Amino acid sequence: MIEFITQPWSWYFSGFMIALIMVILLFWGKSFGFSANLRTMCTMAGAGKSVKFFDFDWKTQQWNLMFLVGSIIGGYIAANFLSSPSALDLSSHTINDLKALGISFNGGVNPDELFSSAALAHPKTWIILLTGGLLVGFGSRYAGGCTSGHAISGLSNLQIPSLIAVIGFFIGGLTMTYIVMPLLF
Amino acid sequence: MKLIKYVFAGILFGIIMAKSEAISWFRIQEMFRFQSFHMYGIIGTAVVLGVLAVFLMKKLKAKDVDGNPIVFLDKDKQYRKYIIGGTIFGLGWALTGACPGPMFVNLGYGYLAMLVVIFGALVGTYLYGVLKHRLPH
Repeated sequence: MIEFITQPWSWYFSGFMIALIMVILLFWGKSFGFSANLRTMCTMAGAGKSVKFFDFDWKTQQWNLMFLVGSIIGGYIAANFLSSPSALDLSSHTINDLKALGISFNGGVNPDELFSSAALAHPKTWIILLTGGLLVGFGSRYAGGCTSGHAISGLSNLQIPSLIAVIGFFIGGLTMTYIVMPLLF
Repeated sequence: MKLIKYVFAGILFGIIMAKSEAISWFRIQEMFRFQSFHMYGIIGTAVVLGVLAVFLMKKLKAKDVDGNPIVFLDKDKQYRKYIIGGTIFGLGWALTGACPGPMFVNLGYGYLAMLVVIFGALVGTYLYGVLKHRLPH
């Protein structure tokens, strides 16, 4: 059993489990959407006093904040008790393409060039991470949802707006990957 | 204490995101470079099963645990916000390799640098709230 959990999960089992999360939340009377938490956190920090968009009763979103806390714990458990000894099975084409950009793959989850403490010694890393986060936060609220709200919940409910948002995710992602990143790195 | 079950659902979600490797910056790059089926398989499976589940829940008029009907709200039909907002989101997703959920899962995984990304995302969310009225929707 534990070997079954610690090996990297197949795409079909992973996909099944994500759909299961959505169904569990639906049966609990909630809608799966993670980025709503970012708005809730702004409201809790007092943003509702001056900006109407944040003026709502954040207590209605307590369940989602609990879900967020759980996701951090889940990440910790996965890293410390369920991690696989083998390296991430990344495509060799991706490894080579990234090498050309100066980003090395050492089998880990994320590149040291962006996420190691050594990388944080460079101001450029801070600018990249801050800007990237800003785009995700701004864009997900502008589009009214992120991967969970649109790609999973929205598409499952056959929402055309969610399909348009997902197309937008790819326009942005491809632009960043093929046009901006070669200039950045 | 009624809220504790959501912590457990979140823990399960965090483990799924980590074990599926959907939290990996490398996997997101691989996806945007169309060099592996992995991420498409995950999202595709979730959506196909999700469509089936939602269809059945509507058909059977399913009720939630409190006995209330499960409602599926239609997203509002202002199309510019989805394409513009989605594109901005995609730029950030490819750059940081993390959408909002995986940002926090990665933090728990031990990538403390994600705090910088999370801070950026909070600032971005705040800026949207401030600028909302001036943006095309």
